[in-house]
Amino acid sequence: MSGTIVSMRDVTRRFGPVLANDRVSLELRAGEVHALVGENGAGKSTLMKVLYGLHPPESGTIEVDGRTVRIDSPAAAMKLGLGMVHQHFLLVDTLTVAENVVLGLEHRPLFASFSPADAEHSVAELSRRYLLVDPHARVSALSVGEQQRVEILKVLYRGARVLILDEPTAVLTPQEVDELFAVLKDMRDHGTAIVLITHKLAEVKALADRVTVMRGGRVVGGGLASELSIEAMAELMVGRVPAPLGARAARVPGEPVLEAIDLHATDARGLPAVTGVSLAVRSGEIVGVAGVEGNGQQELIECLAGLRAPSAGRVRIVGRDVGGGARAHHDAGLAHIPADRLRRGLVAEMTAAENLVLGNQREAARGPWLGGPALDASARPTLLEHDVRPSDPRARAGRLSGGNQQKLVVARELGRTQASAPRPARALIAAHPTRGVDLGAIDAIHRRLLAARDAGLGVLLVSSELSEILALSDRIVVLTGGRIVHETKPDATDERTLGLHMTGKSTLIDTPLEPAPASRAVPPDPGPRA
Amino acid sequence: MRFPSRPQLPLQALAPVAAVMLALLAGAVLIAAVGQSPLEVYGMLAQQALGTGYGVGQTLFKATPLLFAGLSVALAFRAGLFNVGAEGQMYLGGFAAGVVGAYVPLPSPLLLPLALLAAALAGALWAAIAGVLKARFGAHEVINTIMLNFIAFALVAWWGQSLFMTATVRTREVAGAATIARLETVLPWLRGSPANFSLVLGLLLAIVLGVLLFRTRVGYELRVLGLNPGAAEYAGVKTGRAQVLAFALSGALAGLGGTSFVLGYKHWFEQDFTAGAGFMGIAVALIGRNHPLGVCLSALFFGALAYGGLVVNQRVPADLVNVLRALVILFAISAYALFERAARRAPPKTVAADTRAHEASA
Amino acid sequence: MNALSVLLFAAATLRITVPYALAAAGASLGERGGVVCLGLEGFMLNSALAYVLGAWYLHNPWLALLCSMLAGVATAGLHALVTVTFRADQITSGIGINLLAAGLTRFVLVTVFHSSSNSPRVPGLPGVPLGPLADLPALGPLLETPLVLIAIAIVPAAAWLVFRTPFGLRLRATGELPQASAALGLAVGRLRATGVMLCGALAGLAGAWLASEQHCFTDNMTGGRGYIAIAAMIVGKWHPAGAAAACLLFGATEAAQIALQGSNFPSALLQALPYAVTMLALAGFIGRATPPRALGTPYDPEGA
Repeated sequence: MSGTIVSMRDVTRRFGPVLANDRVSLELRAGEVHALVGENGAGKSTLMKVLYGLHPPESGTIEVDGRTVRIDSPAAAMKLGLGMVHQHFLLVDTLTVAENVVLGLEHRPLFASFSPADAEHSVAELSRRYLLVDPHARVSALSVGEQQRVEILKVLYRGARVLILDEPTAVLTPQEVDELFAVLKDMRDHGTAIVLITHKLAEVKALADRVTVMRGGRVVGGGLASELSIEAMAELMVGRVPAPLGARAARVPGEPVLEAIDLHATDARGLPAVTGVSLAVRSGEIVGVAGVEGNGQQELIECLAGLRAPSAGRVRIVGRDVGGGARAHHDAGLAHIPADRLRRGLVAEMTAAENLVLGNQREAARGPWLGGPALDASARPTLLEHDVRPSDPRARAGRLSGGNQQKLVVARELGRTQASAPRPARALIAAHPTRGVDLGAIDAIHRRLLAARDAGLGVLLVSSELSEILALSDRIVVLTGGRIVHETKPDATDERTLGLHMTGKSTLIDTPLEPAPASRAVPPDPGPRA
Repeated sequence: MRFPSRPQLPLQALAPVAAVMLALLAGAVLIAAVGQSPLEVYGMLAQQALGTGYGVGQTLFKATPLLFAGLSVALAFRAGLFNVGAEGQMYLGGFAAGVVGAYVPLPSPLLLPLALLAAALAGALWAAIAGVLKARFGAHEVINTIMLNFIAFALVAWWGQSLFMTATVRTREVAGAATIARLETVLPWLRGSPANFSLVLGLLLAIVLGVLLFRTRVGYELRVLGLNPGAAEYAGVKTGRAQVLAFALSGALAGLGGTSFVLGYKHWFEQDFTAGAGFMGIAVALIGRNHPLGVCLSALFFGALAYGGLVVNQRVPADLVNVLRALVILFAISAYALFERAARRAPPKTVAADTRAHEASA
Repeated sequence: MNALSVLLFAAATLRITVPYALAAAGASLGERGGVVCLGLEGFMLNSALAYVLGAWYLHNPWLALLCSMLAGVATAGLHALVTVTFRADQITSGIGINLLAAGLTRFVLVTVFHSSSNSPRVPGLPGVPLGPLADLPALGPLLETPLVLIAIAIVPAAAWLVFRTPFGLRLRATGELPQASAALGLAVGRLRATGVMLCGALAGLAGAWLASEQHCFTDNMTGGRGYIAIAAMIVGKWHPAGAAAACLLFGATEAAQIALQGSNFPSALLQALPYAVTMLALAGFIGRATPPRALGTPYDPEGA
């Protein structure tokens, strides 16, 4: 049962100046779950993309069944029996499950008759054996967990012997994670080799047979999952022993600055997304909203920020009811770090200086005038202070790295909360403020958020990283299925308890999850450079 | 329509030049196909259009409506909108100017500004129809502006029936007070050519447009709207209103473009006077990269081409110029797309590319 | 208004709808793959001229029909090159193609036929003898026109192609999420280009109909029909049969326009009628429709 199927040796891959994979070697065996573990940017996704033919390696060899191969496209990878389930599903909403699975491999001449029923026929057997998804169903009607199983079906239909899963549990509730792991174990027992790319160590312990840990593009350790403790893996991943949560200064919060009063909202499909949510963020406190993405966080944020009209209920900012669009909410005293910085928070083709006034252009303008050397001059100190690199106000925002882009957005929104700003914001919505950002920047952003809170800002923090929520919040609420189901304080709970409340059902995962990268002790006075 | 991101400056200037060169090359093939020598024809074209005072004047005259149309289309593009209706807007603008100039009994200092205002308003209102349909119903502004072109021509034909002089397709001559003086009154070496001061108006408007786009809050909001509608909403821009405003301003510019012919040359409105200038404006804007300065230079080039095309008419059908215009559009967008890909291959930082890829496929 | 005149009006409507329906069905094929086919007007115009040239030089209307289809495919091929291979903006390309066709056809008209308005007369497609069917009032002569028969056959064939073949499945998947197709090893570019060129072929038939009916080529003879066909396709929700059905509305409008010519209604305003109806249709009076999700977005394999 343990024949080596894939052997990668000394694989190297560069992205411009960044060495994403540095002489990485890996072996995948039949009937084994191999966890590939590391933080954001450690190179694990890249390595698997190389294996799957999405990126060619610059050097190194790949062997499949003992023969050296060159994999230059996903089609070639699939022919070799490799299958990848992407983190962001590639499913066509308007087609049925069966049509999505057989697409490209219909076993029929191109212009011959082929109906959806024909597709379902081809898929029925597989679907019955492993995974309970109705081949007849339209993908748009499926839950996230079910959609993931369609992706797995796609791969199995093409005869995959190696199944690569890229962060599969990021979008699942703990119960769906249990179901997925049961399926994967079943497949492993049937001889499939499974690669699990993840940074969640409890999952590794629950499912994996073998582990490889990567950091900074290199393999830094590995072995049998049963022999490695979570602490050991965490230390390898992060390069140091994670420090415990720092002590928090006791604060007495002031009056409410951001309130949702019995808020109801529907999502883009017209289905209810937020049902009767009431919460209040007070001046000088950070309220963390925990929950798996897709449970109404996005719609809640959009209602509070004025980017979506609620179907019922009210939003109050600094004690006044607000309606209307983003401008009304902005003028009422709300700042907003959006979840999607590229779609909402920045204009990539504009300069850093121009992006620093996005949302603020009315305050920044002098009469009708806005722009030019004056704008650049006023941007420079802000860029320097928040360590945005490069600090050239004329640099195009799209050319900055993700971390620097996020620093820019944070600089802008936190800048609005300063007392020196023309109309200081009293409330801030920080949605996934450190998404995709490297460690150094995460730390800096966290320190600034805490400092702003200390100065009287009320912050609503929405994040899918429980560690971040626990590290920063004064109060935590759990949002599940569009409702607030639990409220607590960080020292009265932990990630496992929060996870339980995220579904209300029990879970396989019963030890603390990923190490907290931002959990270094936070000094009361943040330094100027992150 | 997504306005493509701009690569570095040298590439920026290179792409339009490459597009024009390629179009001229393709045109040369056509010229050869009808049995003429491309070098001779192009040579004649250049010599006539730019070699004599009269020629330069004619070139400037042809360039004037192209300048207005180019600015009009460029402004719309900046706001993320495609104004294919410049032709109809210009036609209505010229008609309005001609009617006001010929039929409104106002004394001298007031009549010309009023006629100009009428031209701008006619164009603005006509374009705003498409803007409102887009803002309110999300309707496809490309098809709507094209339909409005057809309707504009039909409407003017209908109104003109009662206004046209018998046996002609033109209106009464406008009062002397409404005419725009010819440039040769101050530049005598342009002798005899119909280039007139509406060109000066156009250049002034180019400057105004530049200031509006890059130094005012309104221009900033329009640019954000065109570059990233999601960010525009986030920034508090009222999208619908901005779109209507952009269309109205765009239409006003196109409408004013009609005054060169109607008030500055013939001194009356004549059916079909626009002769494709509105569509040519698309090419002008593209080559000018939607920047007022680029549009000015681009309009000059296309003006030379337009006049030169008339001159070589005995050798090669004048429609060669229309073919070149279309080829320029196709080559330009191809070149821009290819150059943008080349610039992007200079690898961006991993996280940004990764995030963008994730965001794009989400 | 007796039964016969109603029947005559219906027949006229059907006849006039033919080029719209062919063009709209073609456009739905191209757009289902994710490529905006605004160049439809240009495909049709080039094809109309190609028919006339073919009939003039080859003296055979059926060969001329083939010529017009080839011209449609070639023009569409240019659109595919710019939008799929170079990944330039699809809408601007469409407009550019239309302007190119307008200028090029004029150019050729003047060069070959020495007239800037119309070509000399050429034979149209001969009627197909249908025996007793020909005696049906109004419908008889209609059904004898070969392109009408072709249209009646092609529209359902196009629908079958899109919804009941593997090719159609792949085309639709590519139009919704090209990344999904690419991840499964399909050639997104080739699928899209095929869809566009099929559009060109059908547009070629439409152009041939226009030229064959008029027995000559006149300057700008498509008169905006390509744009109207796109509007019909939107109203028909990108379904070949739905698009063709929507074309009946526009065909009826044009038939009404012709019927009212002699009456008191100002003829100049009548000209505007089809275009105004199109705008109203687009404004959603006939219901909103969702386009294929990836429509208008150039597919960039490196983006994945």
